[in-house]
Amino acid sequence: MDWSSIFNFDNYGELLALLQNSIIAGAVLGLVGGLVGVFVMSRDMAFAVHGISELSFAGAAAGLLFGVGVVEGSIAGAIVAALIIGVLGARARDRNSIIAVLMPFGLGLGILCLSLYPGRTANKFGLLTGQIVAVDDPRLNSLIAISAVVVLGLLVAWRPLTFASVDADVAAARGVPVRGLSIYFMLLLGLAVAVSVQVVGSLLVLSILVTPAAAALRVSSSPVLVPVLSTIFAVTSLVGGILLALGASIPISPYVTTISFLIYVVCRVIAWRRGAGTGRIQDARLPLPVREAEQS
Amino acid sequence: MTASDPVSSVLSVRDGGLSFGGRTLWSHLDLEVAPGEIVAVLGANGSGKSSLLKAILGQLRLTSGSIDFLGRPGRRGDRRIGYVPQQKLADDGTPLRARDLVALGLTGHRWGIPLPSAARRRQVDALLASVGATAYGNVGVSTLSGGEQQRVRIGQALAGDPRLLLCDEPLLSLDPAHQRSVSELIGRLAHERGFGVLFVTHDINPILDMVDRVLYLAGGSFRIGTPDDVLTSAVLSDLYGSPVDVIRSHGRVIVVGTPDGHHDGAHELGGAA
Repeated sequence: MDWSSIFNFDNYGELLALLQNSIIAGAVLGLVGGLVGVFVMSRDMAFAVHGISELSFAGAAAGLLFGVGVVEGSIAGAIVAALIIGVLGARARDRNSIIAVLMPFGLGLGILCLSLYPGRTANKFGLLTGQIVAVDDPRLNSLIAISAVVVLGLLVAWRPLTFASVDADVAAARGVPVRGLSIYFMLLLGLAVAVSVQVVGSLLVLSILVTPAAAALRVSSSPVLVPVLSTIFAVTSLVGGILLALGASIPISPYVTTISFLIYVVCRVIAWRRGAGTGRIQDARLPLPVREAEQS
Repeated sequence: MTASDPVSSVLSVRDGGLSFGGRTLWSHLDLEVAPGEIVAVLGANGSGKSSLLKAILGQLRLTSGSIDFLGRPGRRGDRRIGYVPQQKLADDGTPLRARDLVALGLTGHRWGIPLPSAARRRQVDALLASVGATAYGNVGVSTLSGGEQQRVRIGQALAGDPRLLLCDEPLLSLDPAHQRSVSELIGRLAHERGFGVLFVTHDINPILDMVDRVLYLAGGSFRIGTPDDVLTSAVLSDLYGSPVDVIRSHGRVIVVGTPDGHHDGAHELGGAA
């Protein structure tokens, strides 16, 4: 095996300048993924993210085939999938079966479109496994614009969305429009998935929309710290992955997913070590009467 | 405490009826809840206990009749109605500590991101203290025990300074010690703060001592009265339309022989369903 195909830092400075767009895209995407991921976790929608990303892939492939554009196609596919899942899958069990039905259909449709597309194969697989090098100026601008919509959309609805996500019954009793917020979130999630698919590819979207938030939740339950850590983890994975991948001849996604995974592992270890001390987490594992006795 | 004067009652249901797809859960229901009064709502799964709460919360429309809260027609999202559902162990995906859950009761309905506020902090501290949850205020919700979670939920419900507290099986899946401490907390707060309580439960025993009246829903009908009046073999047999035995033993009430025909799953709104 030739290691230089995995790590190669020749002419690094020149490459860095060339891939400035990609690095900005990675940072912006990290912000989106880190924030959206917190809600994906508290709404238990990791599987939905995967389902949406496959339909986003189908949309992107169709966009490529029919010359509509990959960006437009991936957004259309992701939003259609997100709305279907949001409208039909209010309950978790319904949702999972709907996603399981949609996902292979989307993947198959995407593969069909790619097979019919006469262009180069390298570009085709980019939709599945990532193509960070392909971020030109117009694409970067659209990515930043869509990301801004997602981030602002989340900030505006942050509190009621949190309430509706963690405690839907009580939120509804308090007059929070739980159903409307669910659709609203699905739209934002659709956009977030669509921008992510264009960079890391549809197979690996989970590594930025789920893993960083899941890692953050291992080490904190503060509503401030979790989104901040999640964002830092996502940005680190993406930008770190791009920087490592620069000179190599393989796609960036393995780098991103590996960093993201390692962060998760470290967070689990931290949580485990804390639990082994005198912390609360060990407390929670004791039988209830023991805890009662300790508290009184 | 049978308040018939509408001014002195926090909740009054008049001639209320609720049907789903031709099946009548209950009809001609008249119910007044006075400040500080605790009314237990009993009945089989699917008898419309939780639906009654949803109707009071404005999430379900009555098929007939009306519901007044504090002398006015109830509206959706009224913060003076507190709501404590059954305990659901929050999973690891909950980025909240106990104090954050309580804070949602104060401002969770408002848009935007929560900004730090010393006044809000003091309010949350006071609410945590009033439910005895100060010790675990900074602990993640997902690591709280069932009883602790329910205390925090009650603190959250108190945030709106409620005049009426709706409890939907809040003791479900708690062990007996927690059942006792959580129900005692609700009883004490209801008397101290003078809010009425509708307490939906499938088991009256943990709250038997503190209940003023019982609303028993079954067979499309209902009975209201003190526990001694309603929880008798004669009354429940009449209500179910078949022989039902009520056994009282060591201060506990055991109802034997309720027909299983009521577990027909016609609606999933029953909390224990």
